[in-house]
Amino acid sequence: MPDPILRLSGLAKSFDTNTVFEDVDLDVAPGDRIAILGASGSGKSTLLRCVNLLEIPDAGRIELNGDVVGNPEKSGRARYPERELRELRKRVGMVFQQFNLFPHMTVAGNVAEGLVTVLGQSSGPARERALAELDRVGLRDKADTYPSRLSGGQKQRVAIARALAMDPEIMLFDEPTSALDPALVGEVLGVIEQLANEGRTMLLVTHEIGFAYHVANRIAFIAEGGIYEIGTPDEVLKNPRREKTQKFLAEHRRFQF
Amino acid sequence: MYEWNFAPVFAESGLLLAGFRNTLILTATALSGGLVVGLLLAFARLSHRRWLRLPADLVIEVFRTTPPLVQLFWFYFGLPIVLSVEMTPFMAAGLTFTIQSGAFFAEIFRAGIVSIEKGQWESAKAIGMGHNQLMRRIILPQAVKRMFPSMMERSIELMKTTTLVATVSYADLLFQANELAQKTFRPLEVYTVVALIYFVSISCVSFFAARLEKRFARTGEFSV
Ligand SMILES: Nc1ncnc2c1ncn2[C@@H]1O[C@H](COP(=O)(O)OP(=O)(O)OP(=O)(O)O)[C@@H](O)[C@H]1O
Ligand SMILES: [Mg+2]
Repeated sequence: MPDPILRLSGLAKSFDTNTVFEDVDLDVAPGDRIAILGASGSGKSTLLRCVNLLEIPDAGRIELNGDVVGNPEKSGRARYPERELRELRKRVGMVFQQFNLFPHMTVAGNVAEGLVTVLGQSSGPARERALAELDRVGLRDKADTYPSRLSGGQKQRVAIARALAMDPEIMLFDEPTSALDPALVGEVLGVIEQLANEGRTMLLVTHEIGFAYHVANRIAFIAEGGIYEIGTPDEVLKNPRREKTQKFLAEHRRFQF
Repeated sequence: MYEWNFAPVFAESGLLLAGFRNTLILTATALSGGLVVGLLLAFARLSHRRWLRLPADLVIEVFRTTPPLVQLFWFYFGLPIVLSVEMTPFMAAGLTFTIQSGAFFAEIFRAGIVSIEKGQWESAKAIGMGHNQLMRRIILPQAVKRMFPSMMERSIELMKTTTLVATVSYADLLFQANELAQKTFRPLEVYTVVALIYFVSISCVSFFAARLEKRFARTGEFSV
């Protein structure tokens, strides 16, 4: 097995007295597409947000391509200086449920923003790159409009382009289609599928189980404060071994036809 | 029936113009200084560090709860005694109104900054922005547009409040008007002209502010 792009070991996170997870280990190999499933409130978002340190874990270790992030201390807790946060986040792309585009910038401005402000590129090449990324998500012709003029599906595709422009080593998607009208889900899933086919490494929190089955190579089911069951889509989705996974999937199938 | 006669007033219009110029200089000084002080105070108030937050809170509270005239007198008559420094009327007025408008602007800045949704902060962080970049590129540009109407309101208030400086003999528009009224024995005409000058200049400012607000709306970010 090749060296993992991302390795989480012993990751723990609580909010006050609410322990979200206690001991998460996960290796993500290059090209892995791991779908993260689980009930509402089970900690899927929190886990994802710990990976790019939007939430600071209470304990455990994050390694990105062999680099240990932060300064581990004897207590098991690591300290994450501001500079390390920024370095890590440059290398990890994140797409949010609510898109979170910058409304005061054009579409191309949104995509180029990280290149210019964070990576210090000059605006000409940054715009070229932004246009290329917009092309990839099929929105080059929207480059000079403002986000308020876009549909939800288009906004989310811009958000994906914005993350891709930074050349991330791994992409994180937190329910990228949950805020969309059903009619707009397809175009966003199409873009994510295309990224998967290109061999991008990604963690994808989703409720689209059918999509997860087709696109992911591994499924991680979250429950009881950790990764409850993990395996190939066939293993976890077709023949789940553990009770909570079975219940969750049965619940999801209830209204299918 | 009163017989209006503006001729003596216009004959000495240079006096009023000089006063108007001083009013504008003082307002511009207090406004630009106040914006800087206000932004610093707002950041201090939003800081996690208590030793920054508490003094900022105190300054804001003191300047919001005491009458501007008392502040002005304190800076003009009091400060020279306490620090044994020379105070010109302009320095006292400039200081008073810079800090005072700073205290009000701080509150407007703070409210504007915290009104920006959490998602904006997070997506800016997620592409690797540091705190200063995030403020400068993402938060403040949006916040300033939201704050703009209350900023304008406050600035107009400031321009009118600067008339208090006549009491410490700073030669602003009102001070010059008082002089002129005594000289010409035409107070009614003098103060009518003065009111008109304030009316016209503030109306002009409001007009351009409204146009600017329309331009801000063009990105459509307020309707999201
Ligand atoms: N900032 C926070 N402060 C306090 N508690 C939080 C915070 N964020 C999440 N939690 C709690 O942590 C737990 C996990 O939340 P999380 O958002 O990770 O769940 P999730 O699996 O993503 O759920 P959903 O499917 O609804 O998005 C929940 O109990 C939630 O209430
Ligand atoms: Mg969630």
